[in-house]
Amino acid sequence: MRPLLSPLSWALWFGYAFLYVPIALLILYSFNESRLVTVWGGFSTKWYGELLHNAPLLDSAWLSVQIAGLSATLAVVLGTLAGLALARFGRFRGRTLFGGLISAPLVMPEVIIGLSLLLLFVAMEQWIGWPDGRGMTTITIAHTTFTTAYVAVIVQSRLAGMDGSLEEAAMDLGARPAKVFFVITLPLIAPAIVAGWLLAFTLSLDDVVVASFVSGPGSTTLPMTILSSVRFGVSPQINALATIIVLVVAAGIFVASLLLARRERQRRRDEQMALQGG
Amino acid sequence: MSPARRLARSGRALVTGVPYLWLVLFFLVPFLIVLRISFSEAVMAQPPYTPLLDWVQGEEGEGLKLLLTLNLGSYLRLFQDDLYVVAYLSSLRMAAVSTVLCLAVGYPMAYAIARARPARRGALMMLVILPFWTSFLIRVYAWIGILKANGTLANLLASVGLVDPSFELLYSDVAVYIGITYSYLPFMILPLYASLEKLDPTLLEAAADLGARPWEAFLRVTLPLSLPGIIAGSLLVFIPAVGEFVIPELLGGPDTLMIGRVLWNEFFSNRDWPVASAVAIALLLFLVVPIMVFQYVQGRQQEAGR
Amino acid sequence: MAQQPIRKPTRLEPWQDPAQVPYVRIERVTKRFGDFLAVDDVSLDIHRGEFFALLGGSGSGKSTLLRMLAGFEPLTEGRIFIDGADMAGIPPYERPVNMMFQSYALFPHMSVEQNVAFGLKQDRLPRGEIRDRVAEMLELVQLAPFAKRRPHQLSGGQKQRVALARSLAKRPKLLLLDEPLGALDKRLREQTQFELVNLQEKLGVTFIVVTHDQEEAMTMASRIAVMNHGAVTQVGTPTEVYEYPNSRFVAEFIGSVNLFEGRVVEDEPDHALIRSADAGCDLYVSHAAPAPVGSTVHVAVRPEKIALSKEPPAEADGRNTARGVVREIAYLGDVSIYLVELASGKTVRVTATNLARRADLPVSWDDEVTLTWRPFAGVVLTR
Repeated sequence: MRPLLSPLSWALWFGYAFLYVPIALLILYSFNESRLVTVWGGFSTKWYGELLHNAPLLDSAWLSVQIAGLSATLAVVLGTLAGLALARFGRFRGRTLFGGLISAPLVMPEVIIGLSLLLLFVAMEQWIGWPDGRGMTTITIAHTTFTTAYVAVIVQSRLAGMDGSLEEAAMDLGARPAKVFFVITLPLIAPAIVAGWLLAFTLSLDDVVVASFVSGPGSTTLPMTILSSVRFGVSPQINALATIIVLVVAAGIFVASLLLARRERQRRRDEQMALQGG
Repeated sequence: MSPARRLARSGRALVTGVPYLWLVLFFLVPFLIVLRISFSEAVMAQPPYTPLLDWVQGEEGEGLKLLLTLNLGSYLRLFQDDLYVVAYLSSLRMAAVSTVLCLAVGYPMAYAIARARPARRGALMMLVILPFWTSFLIRVYAWIGILKANGTLANLLASVGLVDPSFELLYSDVAVYIGITYSYLPFMILPLYASLEKLDPTLLEAAADLGARPWEAFLRVTLPLSLPGIIAGSLLVFIPAVGEFVIPELLGGPDTLMIGRVLWNEFFSNRDWPVASAVAIALLLFLVVPIMVFQYVQGRQQEAGR
Repeated sequence: MAQQPIRKPTRLEPWQDPAQVPYVRIERVTKRFGDFLAVDDVSLDIHRGEFFALLGGSGSGKSTLLRMLAGFEPLTEGRIFIDGADMAGIPPYERPVNMMFQSYALFPHMSVEQNVAFGLKQDRLPRGEIRDRVAEMLELVQLAPFAKRRPHQLSGGQKQRVALARSLAKRPKLLLLDEPLGALDKRLREQTQFELVNLQEKLGVTFIVVTHDQEEAMTMASRIAVMNHGAVTQVGTPTEVYEYPNSRFVAEFIGSVNLFEGRVVEDEPDHALIRSADAGCDLYVSHAAPAPVGSTVHVAVRPEKIALSKEPPAEADGRNTARGVVREIAYLGDVSIYLVELASGKTVRVTATNLARRADLPVSWDDEVTLTWRPFAGVVLTR
């Protein structure tokens, strides 16, 4: 195989250093005794202890996780339906607008999404009295709206890569459309749905701008808490929190890629067997 | 129509209708409301803007009349007050510079990954995407510790005698460039890699066989074929960067004007909803062309994928 | 040319018997995709027990026609009857037909057994019966030992047989096959052609098969419909389509052919004479011309029906006798192909069986040769 050209691998490793050194420093200083984040004062885990006793932060983290779980689940349902419509229904009336509504949130500046949703919620409250005030419900709706787009795109591209005659074959053998969806389509796009859920969960957990617009008093999400704390400069507690987040994500991705690699190996063995005529 | 077919059709209507309705209600209608409020006047009330349509008592004997008031005051302010024009231009500049930086860092990376051994590509791409799964806010925060006075970078440079430890990049436009490039790099690399990976290596062999030197082959074969990736990646960075709020808020200085920040302040500090709405509409108008281009490129990619 | 399977002689083929009711009736069917005319006013009658081939190039509309029979594409115009019932508005899952897909469309998340059982489960058959039927089907396609495998653990030929077993499991009266052998390599394809014919005869199921491979159609089909640009150009048995093409398109699409342009000078019930500058001689055919005297027609002559010799012609102005120079010779082992350039500039293709060893070939490059053929060899074509 072609070896990496050396200037090219330099560029690659520079890029990875750019991506990872800040995160590594973040983790390093979370174990710093000193309150001054960038001056090493000896090893300590005291910031983790303080983090565990920071009740407002823990409350907001719990709220964020609830919102993320709920909105990711809603987004997966809506996004799967939307992806199915886009990939399988051909040209239907209003498809252009639909396609636009799906892909626009992907690039729309967050400030605009946040502002427009807030104005909608205010207007709705005025007209129909719902939602009553702003809080977890409005944040969940807002997050569902922009994460649905991501799920739809993932599901749609998975469906586009899938042989459409699988569904036709099931129908030809007597399965009705709803049954085809649950017995054939859903199992085959399950990986995309899982990926979509995780992405929606992460995006929701990560969002500060939209949430700031549509949240109300008493509903402060974790990123909002982090933002208000970070505005006043660095804090070792945030480093500790960052370390926990990075570790959780890294562990999750490590396990996922192990599982994927195992499946891939199994698959390759199977194909080998098929070629040899089993 | 047979009952079965009718059932199938109503099933389809349900599959399309539910997400359609949701997106119209929570994505399209809000824009119309923003548009509507941008034509109102700010008042001290809840909600703090005047209605566009109002029933007014007409001349005698005419009864109630519907009055439509389009107030262009908010838009006029966008042009009259330097702040907004400067903020828009500065947002475009910052987003453009950051996009170029992303391309400069991202293209060689994407190229190197696409040329790596197939077995390694997945892992290398995973390394690019991994930071994206950690908190965006925290990754921006990481740069505060690096760029501030007496921070990691200043200490490092001071130790080799280049600068004074009080050297500070934080709270400057440069910090914002670094922050945007850092945060949006995966969005650049993903489409670039997708288009470079598809590139058939025999095309380069054919170019070489026909007498092209490596750099000529790159310029005349690789670069044009990766253009869709360049366009998609650039737009994926540029469009959200124009409206970025968190990065200039945390890394930028007080004079780092970006329109997302202006909108935020107009809304949260000045509580001027009509002007905030006008700022949003104007921002959207700036972005309409790049968004359309993005959708077009996206659509063409999908067609080609089939 | 393709092997013609020896079909058992029957008194009257079903399509020749006016008393027979066709099993599938396609009545003036048209399909448009936007501005594109995919199927253009097609009418076909297909009888019970037939092995019917839709033959055409890509974009000829053959697959669209098949998908309309299966119920995946609604018709723009026309009607389709299967066993007397109008199929309009009947969704695929309620049609008495099954289809074998070109990609096989085996469900990747199910085992071979589950794939074959899928259709039976939709019919809510009792469990024991499903088990028996699946076993029977797997026995039929000789895949019983592979019942527990997943599709990606099978070779191409095995996948093809699973797809066949799955589509036959519901015992459909009509099976639609979309390029059933397209994904197999050449050797396997030839072997499978005969297997398919045997299977079809054994089960008595009506087969409609879509193919772009004329040899495949000739080998397997009882009748062939040749399609071009969405329309059916000719329907007939393989012999009819090969020996009596009704148009230049069919003559050229199936096998190779020499076409001589000429003018009808004599037209009698038992023969016709065409004067051709192309051939440099009068063409005598032993059937009446389908066009009046004076009109311009083409005469098609198959390469294997032309004799080639170095002897000068017996008569100076012999009919069906052309003189030319050998320009190319391709030696294929069993036969050789000669390209002979006539005085008119026209190149004629001749195939001759290599009865002798190569070294003894009587004709060489640049030899002047005489080409002759019998009156029955030519077919007069008007379109």
